[in-house]
Amino acid sequence: MTVMTPAGDFRTSYRADTTIFPTRGSRAALWAGLAVLLCAPLVLDRYLLSLLINVGTLGIAALGLNILVGFTGQISIGHAAFFGFGAFSSAWLHESFGLPVLLCIPVAGLMTALVGLVFGAPAARLKGLYLAIATLAAQFILEDFFARARWFTGGVAGRLTESPAIGSFALDREESYFYLVLAFVIIMFVAAANLMRTRDGRALVAVRDHYLSAEIMGINLAYYRTLSFGIASFYAGIGGALYAHHLQFVSVEAFNILFSIQFLGMVIIGGLGSIMGSLMGAAFMVALPEVVQAAADALAGGAIDRALKIGGNISFLREMAIGAAIILFLIFEPDGLARRWKLIKAYWKLYPYSH
Amino acid sequence: MDGTLLFQLTLNGLIVGALYGVVAMSFVLIYKASQVVNFAQGEFLLVGAWMCWWFLTEWQLPFVIGFLFTLVFMTLFGIILQVVVLRPLIGEPVISVIMATIGMGIFFQALMKWIFGVFAKPFPPVFTAERVSVLGLEVQTAYLLSLGISVAIMAGFGWFFRYSRHGLAMRATAFDQQVAQSLGISVPRVFAMSWAISAVVSAVAGVTVGMVNGVSSALSFYGIKVFPAVILGGLDSILGAVLGGLIVGVLENLAQYVDSQWLNWGNMYQVAPFYALLLILLIKPYGLFGTRNIERI
Repeated sequence: MTVMTPAGDFRTSYRADTTIFPTRGSRAALWAGLAVLLCAPLVLDRYLLSLLINVGTLGIAALGLNILVGFTGQISIGHAAFFGFGAFSSAWLHESFGLPVLLCIPVAGLMTALVGLVFGAPAARLKGLYLAIATLAAQFILEDFFARARWFTGGVAGRLTESPAIGSFALDREESYFYLVLAFVIIMFVAAANLMRTRDGRALVAVRDHYLSAEIMGINLAYYRTLSFGIASFYAGIGGALYAHHLQFVSVEAFNILFSIQFLGMVIIGGLGSIMGSLMGAAFMVALPEVVQAAADALAGGAIDRALKIGGNISFLREMAIGAAIILFLIFEPDGLARRWKLIKAYWKLYPYSH
Repeated sequence: MDGTLLFQLTLNGLIVGALYGVVAMSFVLIYKASQVVNFAQGEFLLVGAWMCWWFLTEWQLPFVIGFLFTLVFMTLFGIILQVVVLRPLIGEPVISVIMATIGMGIFFQALMKWIFGVFAKPFPPVFTAERVSVLGLEVQTAYLLSLGISVAIMAGFGWFFRYSRHGLAMRATAFDQQVAQSLGISVPRVFAMSWAISAVVSAVAGVTVGMVNGVSSALSFYGIKVFPAVILGGLDSILGAVLGGLIVGVLENLAQYVDSQWLNWGNMYQVAPFYALLLILLIKPYGLFGTRNIERI
């Protein structure tokens, strides 16, 4: 579905046709949304803020995965391992070399991108199912590496991380950390939106849509597949580093295959090949456990709770909810929340003459 | 190097590998028939083993009857999954189908944990003798049985695809769906049947492993171990799957031995197959026995 423009607004240049915010309304909505987000720490309590921070950090990583899966058509089942690699790199860089945390985060992203390129090298020749399985191998190999490399990850005990600071002002509270994450989210999302408007971005999409035709048109398949893997890992690394400095503790077990699947779930639920969809998917995945928890709390003590033993098994219920959400979205809304959002916007734009 | 230990390790590897081979075979069956990579194969083992355990302990059924009930249940389970989850996704991109099976995987794994708990539960003893001695080596009876079952299943598959009407229909569908359809083969039925057979065969493997190690969610890891096996063999080769399974079984045992003697990296048993997998994909992207996909525009 194309962007709906007001009647009479004809684009006369290619540049005008590829603007990110095409209408005055969308630009107004952008500033309004930013203003709301900037005020959020003043209004919301710390728990909600930490949820929002999670949406941001996971959203950045999900965006990376979406560039790989949604825009390039390559599948990765090892995204959480790269996310974890970013988290550990940032903590390690800070502790071993005394780099300021704010510098560690982008450097961790670059390190993760390098690792991604190493695993991306076989990916250049693979596609579809074989690639999915190769990335599964990457997941297990990296997980094993995390458990073994004590100098890097702190081993089974995990690793403590410091909060970033600007000068002497430490961003160690949810209220201040939120702004840091927001800044990163904006930078990363604008960068991705711009990437998709360049020759490289269009090449990625061409590789996804028909890789043979793309190759015939002079697009170097191996180069763009590897590049896409590198970009995805870079985003995962940045997201992971932000995640690590927010939690102030990273444990080896966190970055397991279920987490990787959650990332894929975010991309599917948000919408494959949609930049804002990645953020929506991340928000959905963060909200889902909360909803399950709330439902369990509502049922607590009742007959259903006793019969089904919900109380002690809430973590399994969450996992089931993730699995069910993925399947239901695939069957009933394969294009994800992004499409649903477009439909809602279109409905109001045409209201009440939507027929 | 100690010769007997090496022999014992290889034998263990072959026995476990035969089970991997069986699971890999049922995985390849689904892939060949319906072009779906089933990431929930391990959960088939899990569900089958738990159902059998449930029939044997809660209902106190004798083993043979409980086992038969399990097989019937798994047949229905496979068909229902195919009809409810995968049929609506026919024609969707690969990633959607893969994600659907992954979603099923985590759903059923969590469901089984919810119903049966996280701790391994032992199977009621089925055999009188725990271990028997073969060529001077102590081997668990259940392992021997599993080897027997594996070989029987493999032979059954061989017969099924070569001579039986349904097996031939399945091969025809795998070869070309449209031609098969025009010859009067019901493709949806073939899909459902392949899922049912795959679920049943996986459940047999699950029950066998459960008898030896007890039933726990660790069983679903077999579904992951299947990937190195099928990549070794090539995604669409049934014989390759069996060979791949055997190789992975032996490889992980030998890797563990090498690791414990010299390297001391730890955990090689789990990870070595994945290193092998990456190496093979680097050299032969279609596996050792898989058909190379020649694409034309």
